[in-house]
Amino acid sequence: MPFKRFVEIGRVALVNYGKDYGRLVVIVDVIDQNRALVDAPDMVRSQMNFKRLSLTDIKIDINRVPKKKTLIEAMEKADVKNKWENSSWGRKLIVQKRRASLNDFDRFKLMLAKIKKGGLIRQELAKLKKESAV
Amino acid sequence: MAPKQKTQRVSRNPDLIRGVGRYSRSQMYHKRGLWAIKAKNGGVFPRHDKKPTISAAVEKPPKFYPADDVKKPLVNKRNHKPTKLRASITPGTVLIILAGRFKGKRVVFLKQLSSGLLLVTGPFKINGVPLRRVNQSYVIGTSTKVDISGVSLDKFDDKYFGKIVDKKKKKGEGEFFEAEKDEKNVIPQEKKDDQKTVDTLLIKSIEGVPDLKTYLAARFSLKAGMKPHELVF
Repeated sequence: MPFKRFVEIGRVALVNYGKDYGRLVVIVDVIDQNRALVDAPDMVRSQMNFKRLSLTDIKIDINRVPKKKTLIEAMEKADVKNKWENSSWGRKLIVQKRRASLNDFDRFKLMLAKIKKGGLIRQELAKLKKESAV
Repeated sequence: MAPKQKTQRVSRNPDLIRGVGRYSRSQMYHKRGLWAIKAKNGGVFPRHDKKPTISAAVEKPPKFYPADDVKKPLVNKRNHKPTKLRASITPGTVLIILAGRFKGKRVVFLKQLSSGLLLVTGPFKINGVPLRRVNQSYVIGTSTKVDISGVSLDKFDDKYFGKIVDKKKKKGEGEFFEAEKDEKNVIPQEKKDDQKTVDTLLIKSIEGVPDLKTYLAARFSLKAGMKPHELVF
């Protein structure tokens, strides 16, 4: 199976380690085989090891080491934020974050809702079974 | 006896250089209080009379002395600092009890007593936890709050929960074996009434919030994959 995501200028990546953990960055230059120069709208451009980067499907159209302004423009043009939040990977992270922030009472209400949902499904299923049996 | 050691007298008017004092004549006049020597004071320095020492009532020497010297315990004048209430616990907070008979129960915090213990109630009707004291270290405070305004709690203090000390009755020989039968731990009626008055108001406000009643009725427990150190309560 061929690779689909490449380390290249304009590739959007997720930081999976360190103090920038969880941040979406853009590869703006490749320093050597271990490190890339990465940038994001709300950080200082810095080098980062490839081991810390998880490549995403998103790629934006930029030149090598653009100015912050052009980078932000390019990211907006490519609609990076929306694309990320609608991808299954991004959605999963959002859900995880939301779940972690629930308090005890919220978790309890969630449990009640799940029970309710299960009951409804079972009811509908029983109905369908009855119909098909006749 | 060793001779008394002489302490050197310190002049109240130290020399700046020989013959010239720190203070002027008039400053020393005030410092020494010479102004108080007046004819109306009898021309002498006024002084308080010595208080007549009250001669202590002569105690009789005790008849017996202890054989060994018994040390007197030191006087302890320390006052305990009042217990700090955890910041997450405020009146009306839902708490999770962690230990004892009611572990896992979710209860409502009412107030802190002077001993530092927390006054909580189930309410009794919802989950069977009565008005009760718990230590705050056996409790998790959640972010859920119940409105307890209007619930009067002045009656409850540490004494309310203390043991009732009843005087020992002298028992005759005959009733010695039968008397202890009918003394069971019965909760007095007035405590039941107190429980009711507190709970009725509380239950009303609890029922105002959907699902809160079932929440309080349910026990808390850790399920697979729940990491208590990462949970938000």
